[in-house]
Amino acid sequence: MNYVVGTLAVLATIIVLFPLAAILFYLVYKGASSLNLDFFTHVPAPVGEQGGGMANAIVGSGIILTLASSMGIPIGIAAGVYLAEFGQGKFLANAIRFTADVLNGVPSIVMGISVFALLVQGRHFSALAGGVALAIMMVPTVTRTTEEMLATVPHAIREAALGLGVPKWRTVISVGLRTASPGIITGCMLAFARVAGETAPLLFTALGNQFWSVKLNEPIAALPLQIYVYALGPYDEWHRLAWAGALVLIILIMVSVTLVRIFANRGVLKGGS
Amino acid sequence: MGVGILVEDLNAWYGSNHTLQDINLHIPANHATALIGPSGCGKSTFVRCLNRMHETNPIARATGVVKMGDIDIYRDASPVEIRRRVGMVFQRPNPFPTMSIYDNVISGLKLNGFRNRRILDETVERSLKQAALWEEVKDDLKKKSGASLSGGQQQRMCIARALAVDPEVLLMDEPASALDPVSTSKIEDLIFQLKSQYTIVIVTHNMQQAARVAENTGFFLNGKLVEFDSTHKIFTNPRDKRTEDYITGRFG
Repeated sequence: MNYVVGTLAVLATIIVLFPLAAILFYLVYKGASSLNLDFFTHVPAPVGEQGGGMANAIVGSGIILTLASSMGIPIGIAAGVYLAEFGQGKFLANAIRFTADVLNGVPSIVMGISVFALLVQGRHFSALAGGVALAIMMVPTVTRTTEEMLATVPHAIREAALGLGVPKWRTVISVGLRTASPGIITGCMLAFARVAGETAPLLFTALGNQFWSVKLNEPIAALPLQIYVYALGPYDEWHRLAWAGALVLIILIMVSVTLVRIFANRGVLKGGS
Repeated sequence: MGVGILVEDLNAWYGSNHTLQDINLHIPANHATALIGPSGCGKSTFVRCLNRMHETNPIARATGVVKMGDIDIYRDASPVEIRRRVGMVFQRPNPFPTMSIYDNVISGLKLNGFRNRRILDETVERSLKQAALWEEVKDDLKKKSGASLSGGQQQRMCIARALAVDPEVLLMDEPASALDPVSTSKIEDLIFQLKSQYTIVIVTHNMQQAARVAENTGFFLNGKLVEFDSTHKIFTNPRDKRTEDYITGRFG
């Protein structure tokens, strides 16, 4: 019986890993040949001309994701702390929890239209609007993971801190959040990786830009948008660049997630029990 | 130095459950006082009322007067101030898993914003020596996590952590019940040494332990303090029939 369950588990793992490996392999196969220095240093070439790159889209994605993370992660963690530590049994807490779960299921295109109506209509497309749209998409994941991870922190550890005369707010931050931080960081990374590839919310907010721009109140380029435009375009050159863009997007997500993990694990002592 | 504790008409509830009823008691300064009784008799609730940990449970409340020296702890001070003056050691060792041994010991100071390096270093050494753990861990203070120590070492580290904030009273809720006999006897030796400087209240299931470490013993039953007297008197010539039944092992 052990053998059967073990074999099934290994089989399931292979089935899960196969599509992932296939996608990565296909991306490298299609995209790697178009990657060169120009790709990282040039903006898109005018229609009909050869060459060009996605430098503006790479920087643009970086700006939008920085904006989204700096808004979405603190709000999400704060809401999670409220749910886990201060809101037990309160109506407001149940309302937040319900809203977060519903928000998690809202299609990303709806998020794009909503932020369009709130921030773009009557003004203009902007990097900031794109960041807000992605931030709203990050909040539910971050909130719920923070709440669940705080719930796994043993009650005895909180009592230890309270018993030393540490105020509750300080116990929550320095003991609760610190003990739960590996799980919370994983949640933040999941949220980050998910929105990093989002295209639909950016169509109505950041819009995209064929030229160099780093202004927050103007349309800005982003990798998923550039991939979308090039993949649908009529030229073979564009298709090749779209493949290369997809490969770069995946690599950038993997690199940033790995860097955060290494950074977060530094200085953490391994416990014995 | 320790202070005496005077308890008058203390009542405590968990929800509608009346877990402590009309407790009156004087705990003398710089002595060890043991509290014995069967499980669920209210002795843990009682010590948690002495540092206002009882009220951290949202459904719990307490009435009555607890005086620590001149201070009425329920009226003259905040729970946070009281808990800095009354250290607590719990049934199971509860080190902070993300912190080194060093950080565990001075967590009470650090988490309250105290930053003076020299004083922190001195406090760690003094507290660990008081808890008889210094020699075993002095080379790994910042290298090892507090959770990597053995159970008995963890409990002594928790005692050092409680002593580091320089309390006047030390509450111990069955501090050796999760430990092996060797670790238990180390903890008992410690209590013996510490009671010259601190007022110690120790909850225990182990009557030999009460007899070994405490000058005074109180017997709790069903939320009431049945008898409180010198340990010698309680164990040789108790006034109450129920105390006698309990210490001779007829129930509990």
